[in-house]
Amino acid sequence: MPELLRFATAGSVDDGKSTLIGRLMYDTKTIFEDQLDSMEAASRARGDERTNLALLTDGLRAEREQGITIDVAYRYFATPARRFIIADTPGHIQYTRNMVTGASTADLALVLVDARKGVLEQSRRHAFLASLLGIPHLVLCVNKMDLVDGDRDVFESVKADFRDFARKLDIHDVAFLPVSALHGDNIVNRSASMSWYEGPTLLHHLEELHIASDRNLVDARFPVQYVIRPQSERHPDYRGYAGTVASGVFRPGDEVVVLPSGFTSTIAAIDGPGGSPVTDAFSPMAVTIRLADDVDVSRGDLIARVGNHPTVDQDLDATVCWLSDRGELAAGNRYTLKHTTRVVKAKVTDLVYRLDVNTLHRDQGATALGLNEIGRVRLRTQAPVLFDDYHRNRDTGSFILIDEATHATVAAGMISAGGR
Amino acid sequence: MTTSASTKGAYELSHLRALEAEAVHIFREVAAESERPVLLFSGGKDSIVMLHLAARAFWPAPPPFPVLHIDTGHNFDEVIAFRDETVAALGVRLEVGRVQDDIDAGRVVDPGPKGLRNPLQTVTLLRSIEEGRYDAAFGGARRDEEKARAKERVFSFRDEFGQWDPRNQRPELWRLYNGRHGAGEHIRVFPLSNWTELDIWQYVEEEDIALPAIYFAHQRTVIRRDDMLLAADPLIARRPGEEPFEATVRFRTVGDLTCTGCVESTAGTVAEVIEEVAATRLTERGATRADDRMSEAGMEDRKREGYF
Repeated sequence: MPELLRFATAGSVDDGKSTLIGRLMYDTKTIFEDQLDSMEAASRARGDERTNLALLTDGLRAEREQGITIDVAYRYFATPARRFIIADTPGHIQYTRNMVTGASTADLALVLVDARKGVLEQSRRHAFLASLLGIPHLVLCVNKMDLVDGDRDVFESVKADFRDFARKLDIHDVAFLPVSALHGDNIVNRSASMSWYEGPTLLHHLEELHIASDRNLVDARFPVQYVIRPQSERHPDYRGYAGTVASGVFRPGDEVVVLPSGFTSTIAAIDGPGGSPVTDAFSPMAVTIRLADDVDVSRGDLIARVGNHPTVDQDLDATVCWLSDRGELAAGNRYTLKHTTRVVKAKVTDLVYRLDVNTLHRDQGATALGLNEIGRVRLRTQAPVLFDDYHRNRDTGSFILIDEATHATVAAGMISAGGR
Repeated sequence: MTTSASTKGAYELSHLRALEAEAVHIFREVAAESERPVLLFSGGKDSIVMLHLAARAFWPAPPPFPVLHIDTGHNFDEVIAFRDETVAALGVRLEVGRVQDDIDAGRVVDPGPKGLRNPLQTVTLLRSIEEGRYDAAFGGARRDEEKARAKERVFSFRDEFGQWDPRNQRPELWRLYNGRHGAGEHIRVFPLSNWTELDIWQYVEEEDIALPAIYFAHQRTVIRRDDMLLAADPLIARRPGEEPFEATVRFRTVGDLTCTGCVESTAGTVAEVIEEVAATRLTERGATRADDRMSEAGMEDRKREGYF
């Protein structure tokens, strides 16, 4: 069985992102005949010269009418090597929230630029968001190479520009590819017109990318999600703590500590879904842990290995992205904070600065964050939160803020801890 | 299934086990945070897989929610028999919301033998959710099925009229699902969002999940309509020129009998179906669902109104 790779695509309105995804799926034979028929009919109706592959991903009527993408769309394709989930996120200025939504779980971010236009403000913003979200790999596709006659110098200059900017970011692996989504050059098949390019095609890069070591296998963290107690005739005494491993590896026999209570015990057994015995539980496995001792454990608690604890604190430093068009984030505001399986009340004690995502300038005079704005805040929670630094642990370092009146998700937060 | 079979290499999960883990996490999250969840069950393969996952998520306890079937009254007998056996074996409660009840009460008009009952299901579904005071409803929809579904969140908020607003969806980040809602509102939850048709079949094979026999090749009297094969059944009024004939067919989806088409197939086992699905050139809804062929925006409109 192949493993799963999740990637998010980001690009500006006209840089051909939808065409690129359409091309990837068309050339891997993922587009079905009825989808192709419907795209061909729609292309004819619009007066397009050729089948517009972008129509595959432009789903809703509202979008087709306006010729834009209004929300994250998920696409699926598979090759014998891997199974892929694409989160296709729109690139307009007002939709940063969609990129954040689509990219939060991605292994890789695919950013597109138009070869004729080079690295624009939006490309920089996408790269910055990818870095902020801790996406370990980035691919910059320099698209529309056909429109610059496959000129190597154009590609090299875009590459140099982007490298310059990316140096300021926290991205460890960046790959550059010259492509033409329209003609299919270097997407699935090698380009005949850019013989100077000796690197992999996009598909080959996606298939071969090493992602197994991106996960944190060191810090054992298990947020308790649900307590399973059947109290049935067959299982009168079964008591298991169900959850999804956030990081690290858990094994039967491990000495563990339950936080925040601090009780210690030993893992008696780990049950997989349906009760299959598990010898090594690691992220993202969903398992049920049974402890040797009768200790009090409930949802929102966290099981860790003795000697390697997360931070337990009521004061958090975090970078937040405000995602709501109703209201702003300001010091003094109160929210419901959801972190792992723990839900607590939280108050913004300080808005430290607002970040300009284009220049990375920190505006310390800012008093509020509006839609799609990003800033550094301090929060005080009503009960302790058990966290790690986001860049060390995406699961125990992230949270969302929920509006107490509307129940809407209004902000995404990434915690800074341990001197970052 | 032991760890050695479910993982590959050092601490790597196969894609099926990663999808399973994601679905299990979603079930547990809803069970922990919602007061009255319910699982929508059609008897189709996706809802059978969904129920199987729910059973695995809470083992050794039964799933802590009932199962709700929205019944158009136009059923394949073998699917209903299968539904009853499955639910009994798992020890969960079955609720049935009947479209016929809404027709009898005058809330909707029976389209008669020439129309489809599928669109009427929305009224019955919303009534059943309201009557059961359910605040979370699991559905088996997958994002690879259709364009509008490709844009829907795993936790999909519905207002007090059961409506979906695609422009106003909650951001959904990491594994931090937000199922909060006000009185009268509810959420639809789709644990199979990231599964494809092929994943479903591969999982059915790996887990050895039983499915109704109509999913496999069998002899059936059918009629051809709009390039689809429909079961020749008294519930379907025949149009001029539609001569019934015998064919070896199987169903790719199972829904209302009057609008669910079958495909010619000789795939008699799960392995043969997987081979066929891997080679197929038509989406399962495009191939066999008359209700989805209405218009390009068919599903978008129905979803907005509260459909599955």
